[in-house]
Amino acid sequence: MSQHKLILPRRRLLVGGALAGASLALPGALREALAQAPATIGVIYVGPRSDFGYNQAQAQAAAAMKKMSGLKVVEEENVPETAAVQKTMEAMINQDKAGLIFATSFGYFDPHMLKMAEKYPKVRFAHCGGMWTEGKHPKNASSYFGYIDECQYMAGIVAGYTSKSKKLGFIAAKPIPQVLRNINAFTMGARSVDPNITTRVIFTGEWSMPVKEAEAANSLIDQGVDVLTCHVDSPKVVVETAEKRGVFSSGYHASQAALAPKGYLTGAEWDWSTPYTAQIKALQSGAPQPNLLRGGLKEGYVKMSAYGPAVGDPARKKADEVKAAMLKGGFVIFKGALKDNKGNTVIAAGTTIDQFDPALEKMNYLVEGVLGSIPG
Amino acid sequence: MNTVAAATAPVVSPDPPAAPLGDRLRVLVDALLPAVAALVFTVLLFSAAVALAGFNALEVWGLIVMGGFGDAFAWQNTLQRAAPLILTGLAVALPAQAGRVIIGAEGALVLGGLAAAALGLVLSAHAPPLAVWLLMALAGMLVGGAWIGIVGWLREKREVNETIASLLMSFIAIALFNQMVETVLRDPASLNKPSTKPLADDYLLPAMPGLDVHWGLGLGIVVALITWAVVKLTPLGLALRVAGGNPRTALGVGLPVTWLTIGACAAGGACAGLAGAVEVAAVHGAANASLIAGYGYSGILIAFAARFSPAGVVPVAILVGGIAASGSLLQRRLGLPDASVTVLLGFAFVALIGCETLRNRNLWSKRRG
Repeated sequence: MSQHKLILPRRRLLVGGALAGASLALPGALREALAQAPATIGVIYVGPRSDFGYNQAQAQAAAAMKKMSGLKVVEEENVPETAAVQKTMEAMINQDKAGLIFATSFGYFDPHMLKMAEKYPKVRFAHCGGMWTEGKHPKNASSYFGYIDECQYMAGIVAGYTSKSKKLGFIAAKPIPQVLRNINAFTMGARSVDPNITTRVIFTGEWSMPVKEAEAANSLIDQGVDVLTCHVDSPKVVVETAEKRGVFSSGYHASQAALAPKGYLTGAEWDWSTPYTAQIKALQSGAPQPNLLRGGLKEGYVKMSAYGPAVGDPARKKADEVKAAMLKGGFVIFKGALKDNKGNTVIAAGTTIDQFDPALEKMNYLVEGVLGSIPG
Repeated sequence: MNTVAAATAPVVSPDPPAAPLGDRLRVLVDALLPAVAALVFTVLLFSAAVALAGFNALEVWGLIVMGGFGDAFAWQNTLQRAAPLILTGLAVALPAQAGRVIIGAEGALVLGGLAAAALGLVLSAHAPPLAVWLLMALAGMLVGGAWIGIVGWLREKREVNETIASLLMSFIAIALFNQMVETVLRDPASLNKPSTKPLADDYLLPAMPGLDVHWGLGLGIVVALITWAVVKLTPLGLALRVAGGNPRTALGVGLPVTWLTIGACAAGGACAGLAGAVEVAAVHGAANASLIAGYGYSGILIAFAARFSPAGVVPVAILVGGIAASGSLLQRRLGLPDASVTVLLGFAFVALIGCETLRNRNLWSKRRG
C-alpha cells in the first residue's frame, strides 16, 4: 500500500482506489505515471519564515521543494511548542491531506510529534534536531540534523585570519550541547590559525531575545572583540550591530550577508533541502521512511556563506584547504589531547571522535581559549 | 484605574420587575449594540486590509469561518486553543472586579506549572493518578494565587502600582522558572531542551470524554460559571464590586476592602496557576520553556474584550481560539502571514473597546433621542 492514496483529495479517493486496483494490470510506465499523483507535505516553523535565521533556513528548503513536480507544500509559521502544534499537525493531515510533515523546531518532538505519530500511523513525520531511537520512537517518526560545527570550524579559521585584536565574540542562547559544540568548533578553528586567539561567550538564556542580543553584541565590542558570531534563532540583530559598530561578523543558520555588506566574513548555513529531498523521495516511491538522517558538509547538510569582501587570500586559501579535506572525508575536529577551559582533559591524547559519534551530541564543556562558563 | 472599575462594575441597579417592554428592549439593544457595531467595523476594516494586500476578502472570511467553526475538527481545534485562555482570561477578570488591573498572569501560570510538575513527580510514586492530578491542580492554584496575592498585598499595604508590579513579578517568575528547570529540577536526560523529569504516561491527564480537548476547557468553564455566580449573585460578590467601584464608600460601610482586593488578586493568580498545572498534566508532561507560550498575556486581551465578565471570558476565549485555528488554515491555504490574524484580532479589540467607550458616554442613547 503506497502513501499516495492517503494524500489524494477526498473526492478523488474513490477514483484512486479503483485505479489502484486496475493499475496492477497496467504496464510499468503507466503505473509510474499514476504514482506521480501530487503528494502534500506540511512544514511547521516556530518563528517567522523571514527571520534571517533558523526558520528561514528551513523555509528555504521548503521553497526549493515547491519546485519539485507532483508535490504540494503547505506551511505554517509562528506555531508555539504547545497543544497548538498538535492541532496544526492534525489540521495539515485532515484539511490538507498531508502525507509527510516537517516539524522543524526542537521542542515539537516530545511530546507533540511523537503523540501525533502514534495517532496517525500512516502519516510520516520528520523532526529537526532530535534523536530518533530504534525501539523507543514510532517507525513513522524520524529526525534529521546536520554537523554544522564543520562550518563553524571554517568560519573560525576565517575569523582567526581577519581579527586584529585576537578577540572573538560568540553570543549564544542556551548552554546546550548543540550550542557548545558550535562555540568550541569556532574557537578551535580560530586557534588553529593563532593559538593566542580567545573567544568571549555570552549566553542570553533565550532563543530569541533581540534586546539582550544587542546588549551582548555591544558589550563584546566594547571589550575589544572585532569578529562576532552567534547561535540564536535570528542572527539579524547581532550581525546588524556588528556592522553598525564597524566590526566583522560571521553568520549562522542562513546567510546574513545582505545585512552587513562590509563586515560579513562568511557564515555557517544549513542546507535542509538534502534531508527534505530524501524524505520526499522515500514518500513518493513508497520506500520505508528513513528514520535518522545526519550529515555534514560532505553529505550536503550544511554549507558556507560566500566569502565577504573583507576576507583576505590567506584566509580563503586555508579555509578552502580544510573544506577540501572535509569534503574528502576523514577530517576530525574533536580529537585528543583536548582540554576544556578549566584545564581538565576532555578528550585523551590519541583519541579521535568521529562527527557521527552520538557522544558529541552530549557535549558539556567549553574548550581552552573560550572565555566564559556554562551557567547553572 | 477608575475607568476600568466603571467598566467592570456596571451600576448596581437591576431592572425593575415591571419595566415596560420598550425599556427592557432598550436595555438589551444598549448591551448588544456596541458588540454588533464592533463586529461591523472589524469586518469592514479587515476586509479592506485583506483587499489592499491583494486577496479576495470573501474567500478569506470563508476560510476564517471554516477553519475555526466549519466542522467537527475545526471545533476541536478551536476549543483546544481556547482551553488555556479561559483560565488566563479569568486571571485578569477576577482582580478587575476589585478594580485592579493585573497583567502578569504569565508568571503565575509558569510557576503554577512548575509546582505541579515537581509535586506530580514526587507523588506519582506513591498515589493513584486521580489523587495526583487533584494535588497538582491544588499546588498550581496555591503557587499562582500566592504569586499574584503578593501583588495585591503590595498594592494594598505598600501602594505599589499593581499593573506594573504584576508585570515585573512575571519577569521574575519566568527567570525563576528557567533557573529551576535548567539546574535543580533538570532531568539530566534532557540535553538540548532543559526540562523537568517527565511524568509517567499513566499520570498524563487524558482528554475530556468524547472530545479531543484537554481539561483546561472543562475546568475553565466551571470556574468561569462559579466565579460569575459569586460575583453577581452573592453578598461577597456585591462587596467585591463595591470595593472595586468605590473603595471609599466600601470603607465607609465597613467592608474589608484590603482583604477583598488581595483575595481577588489571589483568586486570579490561582486561575493562572491552574492553567499552568493543566498544561503540565495534559500537554507537556513536564515543565520546560514551552510552558512560556504567552497564554497569560492573551488573557489580558480576552478579559478586556469580555468587559471583565467572568462568564463573558468563555465565549471571547473561544472566539480567539477560533481565530487562531482560522489563522492556521489561512496560512496553509492562501500563504497569508501569521500576522494577518493578529491584525484581525487587533481590529476586533480596538473596535470593541472603542464602541464600548462610546456607549459609556451615552452617545448611542442620545442619538436615538
